Parts: sequence; structure tokens; C-alpha cells
Amino acid sequence: MVTMMKHAYRPEQASTVMVTEARPVDDVAHSPPTTDEVIRTERLTLRYGSFAAVKDVSMSVFASRVTAIIGPSGCGKSTLLRTMNRMNDFIPGVQVEGQVVFRGEDLYAPGSDPVALRRRIGMVFQKPNPFPKSIYKNIAWGPKINGYRGNMDELIEHALKQSALWDEVKGKLHDSALALSGGQQQRLCIARAIALQPEVLLMDEPCSALDPIATARIEDLIHELKTRFTVVLVTHNMQQAARVSDVTAFMYMGELVEVGDTNMMFTKPGNPKTQDYITGRFG
Amino acid sequence: MNQSATMFNPRLSRRRLVAGLFASAFLAITLAGVAVLGVLIVSVAGEGWSSLSWKFLTNPPSRLWPENAGLESALFGTVWLVGITIVVTIPIGVSAAIYLEEFARDNRVTRLIRLNIANLAGVPSVVYGILGLAVFVRWLRFDRSVLSGGLTLSLLVLPVVIIASREALAAVPSSIRHAAYALGATKWQTVRAHVLPAALPGIITGVILSLSRAVGETAPLIMLGGLTFCTAVPDGLRSDFTAMPIQVYNWLDEPQPEFHHLAAAGIIVMLAVLLSMNALAIGIRAWKQRKRLW
Repeated sequence: MVTMMKHAYRPEQASTVMVTEARPVDDVAHSPPTTDEVIRTERLTLRYGSFAAVKDVSMSVFASRVTAIIGPSGCGKSTLLRTMNRMNDFIPGVQVEGQVVFRGEDLYAPGSDPVALRRRIGMVFQKPNPFPKSIYKNIAWGPKINGYRGNMDELIEHALKQSALWDEVKGKLHDSALALSGGQQQRLCIARAIALQPEVLLMDEPCSALDPIATARIEDLIHELKTRFTVVLVTHNMQQAARVSDVTAFMYMGELVEVGDTNMMFTKPGNPKTQDYITGRFG
Repeated sequence: MNQSATMFNPRLSRRRLVAGLFASAFLAITLAGVAVLGVLIVSVAGEGWSSLSWKFLTNPPSRLWPENAGLESALFGTVWLVGITIVVTIPIGVSAAIYLEEFARDNRVTRLIRLNIANLAGVPSVVYGILGLAVFVRWLRFDRSVLSGGLTLSLLVLPVVIIASREALAAVPSSIRHAAYALGATKWQTVRAHVLPAALPGIITGVILSLSRAVGETAPLIMLGGLTFCTAVPDGLRSDFTAMPIQVYNWLDEPQPEFHHLAAAGIIVMLAVLLSMNALAIGIRAWKQRKRLW
């Protein structure tokens, strides 16, 4: 019963998701959801020096769903997200224990190559960070260095359409990306990430630097993206998690307090800490 | 009067007075610095202007006929020195900066290297002259050639080029690097495609400023034996050479006042070269700011 609650779809979305995924809800519920599990962290602990930012976290991310990680500032949610494409590697003094399993492979195993991994697990950052180059070059560079052999113009048009930016920029692809507004820049960063056709899209508070209108556009976009990609979204904004995610994980002081179906988490959370956070008593 | 107003005594007129005093003091000090430079330029110009002519730039120096003496060999000697310094320092300096800033792990060895480079930037130039004499002139047997001079000046400015390039690289925001890494780029691809282009204006500015230091250096070249009288324009790396500051020094050593006018004219030419190099560096910086990279 608990398993079903954790991994069932939200009823109102089941029909739309079913079309693209064609997987009966019951199947997920009754057998352990291993077949559509994309990423699993297993007893993952991450330390900066002696400070444990993530403590013993085991959770799963499932295909074609939006998994939100919420929690107060400094709870380790961004750090957890960054273990999933090994972006923490650039911070000196980081130690990782446990495993992050992506499609059956431990990302932190000795032979695992983060460069190869990052093509398959894309990332969108908190602050829009386009390259100081043209819109076209911003998107084309990733496919180019990863040896893309198809038609680049088509790929760029497709990525911009998927990120709902095409109509705004189609006449000025060779203008500087820095001339775009913040919200447009962030959608460009999404286009840049999905041009690599990743399996997973990690989003680290993608709207925190944006105004409400731009935020709403990105949230709509996340809804559309999950039909093609698995999305993991870190947000400090609970309403955002409630609006766009299917599964919500609540972290507090480096620990995973609770993870489950978003509707359940926001209506009947199992843990009093989750209850307190969601009702705004702290955080 | 409400209570909170009585709790504060802003003394606004006094604070404004102090602020005004400091502003005027800083202005006066700044003007004093500019005034000294102005006096220098005016006095040099007054003494050397009459000797300045096209002929002065195209004639070889002379110890006997000040009316025919020129700066040709010294001007071209300096051009050769700067050329050699550019060819040697840019690849080595920029590579070292990229390694230290982007690739090196932050361990004890790296920190020691960084500290050493910072210290080398402060070593007196005459010490580089001794080093050049020992290594290039004697040991490698390049003799007192323009090659020895250029290599010595390269050693002199290399630490400055490395430090300036490292600062330019460090000023590139890490969000750009992370964007590239997240697309599956290697470190080198990230540096080559994004970090280096963004840092380039800063690197060029640093290189030009350190080259202008090389143009004005006299002591290390004297150590190498560049003080010898030389009238020929260098025609190869192994040629004898002289340079503008050395020629100025030579002329000042002559007893006749005519030669002192020549020295002043030489200083004007040297200042013109230095100021135009600095202006170029400022121009590049302004262009970079207009481009607003991030």
C-alpha cells in the first residue's frame, strides 16, 4: 500500500501520461518499480570536509515524471541533485559514500566517466548562464563537442521549439544570447540542455532568478518536457513543487525525510516535519 | 519632537565637512602626481624638441657629430627585443596561467609555484640581467646578441604575464565553466571554447602592460653588455644590438650639451612608444567593457 502511494501517478494526470508511457499504474504499484527507475541513490552520503551535506539518502527517480526535491535553504537538496551528474566533482574536498545508480551503473564507480555521463543527464542552473555567444552557438556547441552527425539547423530549431522559445528568437538566431531577457535566457539554457537529447534533465531552482510570468512559462514548459524527459527539479518554492511535480521528496538537514506522491505529500504527509514545513511553520 | 528623534545626534554639517575635506585632499594628491609628470614632460620636451626630427629616427647614433646622430639602431633594437619577448612570453606565460588556474590541483606544490611566481615578479631587474648573462650569454653562448637580450627581458616579464593572465582567467565566472561541463565537455574543451575567449581581452591588456615595462628596462641589458656602442640595425637573432633606454644613457654620458638634447629627444620617443602601448591596453579594456561579456 505504501509503495503504491509513493509511486502512483496523480489521478488527474494519469490519462495524459499514460498516452506517452503506456504503462499501467497497477503494474508500477504491485511490482517493485525497477523497470522504469532511471536513477537511484543508495545510502548516499556526501561530505564537504567534515560537514555532511547529504546524509544516507536512498531515493529513486522514475522515468517521464517530474520529481521535486524541496526543503529549506542548506538542506542539501542542490547537493543531492548535483551528485546525479557529478557536478560536485569540481568542489575541492568532496567525499561521496554510497551509490548513485543510473540505468544500472554506479556513477561513482572507479571507471565511470562523468564527461560521458553529462551528455545523457542534462542540467539547468539556478541563474541563467548562457555562453556570451550567439543563440545559435549556445545550442550548437554541446552537440558539436559530442560528435553530433545530424542536421544542426534542424536540431537547433527542434530544441528551441521544445523549450517554447522558437517563435521569439527565430529571426535572430545569430544575435547575442545575452540580449535576451532572464526568462528567455533560462529557456535557452533548457534548449541547450535538451539539444543533447538527454534521458534526464536536472533543474536546480530554475526559476529562482525569474519574475512570476517567466516562472509560469518555465513551469508550463516542465509539464511538457516530462513527456520526453525525466525531470528532477530542486525548488525552495513549495507551490511550484505542488504545481509541476508528480513525486516530491522533502529534505531537512541533509536527510531525506519523506518521499512520495506529490498529492499525498501536500495533503497527508506522513512525517510531522514535512507537515510543519509544508504548512509554513519553518523553512 | 518624538522620542526617537532625541536618540540621534546626526551632526550632519560636521560629517559633510569631513567628507569634503577628504575629497579635496585626495584631489590635491592626485593633481600633485599629475603635475610631477607634467613638469617632467615639459622639461624634457623643452630640451629635446629641437633635436626631434625624422632624421633623428632614421640616422644611426654618433659620438662625434651630434647634429647627424639618430636613434635608428636603438629604435629597431627595441623593436627586435619586444618582438622576441612577445614570441617567448605569450605562449609560455598563457600556458602556465591556464595550467595554474584551470588544471592544477590546489596542493602544496601548486601553492609553492604560485608564491614563487609572485615573488619573481618583484625581483629587481638587474638580477635578471645577471641570470641572462650567466645562462644565455655564457652558458648557451648566444653572446651579447639581441637574442640574449630578448630572452632576458622575457624572463623578466614572464611572471607579470602569468599573474595578469591568471587574474583574467579567474575573472571568468564559474557559471560559464559549469554550463560547459554540464553539456559533457572536457576541461580542455571548456577552457578552449569559453574560458580563454572570455579572458582574452584581460590577457592581452596584461601582456601589453608588461611589454611596456620591457621597453623601458635598462639595467638587465647593461648587465648583458648592451652598453657597447652599436650603430647597426639588427639583421638577425645573433646581431649586436642597442635599445632606446641604453642609447639615452649613452648620450647622457657624453660631456657636450648637444648630446644631452639628443638624450631628451630619445626620452620623448620612448615616452611616446610607452604611452601609445598603454593607450592600446586601455582601449582593449574599454572595448571589453562595451562588449559586456556577462
